[in-house]
Amino acid sequence: MSIRRFALLLLALVFAAPAAASELHPTLPELEHEVMCPTCHTLLELSHAPVAERMRVFIRARIARGETKSEITSQLVSEFGEGVLAAPPTRGFGLLAWLLPIAGLLAAAAVVAIVARHWRRLAVRDDASGAHGRLAPALERALDEELARYDA
Amino acid sequence: MTWWRPAVQGIAVTLIAVLLVLLAWRLIDDGRGNGLAKAVAAGRTPVAPDFRLPRLDAAGTLGLSSLRGKVVLLNFWASWCVPCKQEAPRLEAAWRRWRAHGVVVVGLDAQDFRTDAGRFLQRHGITYPNVHDGPGDVLGRYGVSGFPETWFVSRSGKLVVEHVDGPLTSGQIDRDLRRASRE
Repeated sequence: MSIRRFALLLLALVFAAPAAASELHPTLPELEHEVMCPTCHTLLELSHAPVAERMRVFIRARIARGETKSEITSQLVSEFGEGVLAAPPTRGFGLLAWLLPIAGLLAAAAVVAIVARHWRRLAVRDDASGAHGRLAPALERALDEELARYDA
Repeated sequence: MTWWRPAVQGIAVTLIAVLLVLLAWRLIDDGRGNGLAKAVAAGRTPVAPDFRLPRLDAAGTLGLSSLRGKVVLLNFWASWCVPCKQEAPRLEAAWRRWRAHGVVVVGLDAQDFRTDAGRFLQRHGITYPNVHDGPGDVLGRYGVSGFPETWFVSRSGKLVVEHVDGPLTSGQIDRDLRRASRE
């Protein structure tokens, strides 16, 4: 195994281990950060609404039972709908929320590339025609007259 | 003018138009429930938004339109709402008083755990039909912003009495049910 491959594997392990631990042994603060309060529409961690307090009791009881993060969030979704998740789901209509910003960035990059290419082509055409840096005849004549007056 | 300029302008105008339509749709959708309250306050009788939701007290679902021909007292509540606890016995008493006169009390539990709602019904000895709307999808259509809140629906399925924010007294329930029965 090359050093590069070994480094990549090590990096993957470094990032995968906490994610797996979080999935298997979630904490209340983690879930409070990923779940919304259904009445006040803020993150659960910011809410002290009665239903938010009840949700905390629900989450604590499930953590104590050893349930995974996915199990707990899917139970909350079955109770309150997908709006209870702070991040939209990566399927169905929710997938649009993930894809649209990427599509927007790609479209913007494409527009910038097209415009830049067009400008470059215009510049090359100007250079080839020798028009670059040349004054308009009327202006050139006026400048010559002005210089002649100055010399005299 | 080069070929790409009209294309980019067209895409930009289309995107802005789509965003404006989405914004307008959102504003109209949000304001629909509040519009009902204003319409009833102005003396109009808008049709009560229909729903079909799973029952809390029995198997199956209950739809508001299936209650046409009866006067409906539609009460929005949640088990974590303190005033709802005071109101529940009054609604149960009203249900027993009025059910023989073509009146149905319907509880709509929203933004609540189903098990908590079931316990609430047992604790307060509630026997009138109750439905569960965990995500609270129906709330916006009636402009419900807190619990409890109550609407009165006529036999023809129209909202006929101004909705009541907060817990109802027994006197209010009887007065508004009489008014709704006359419509």
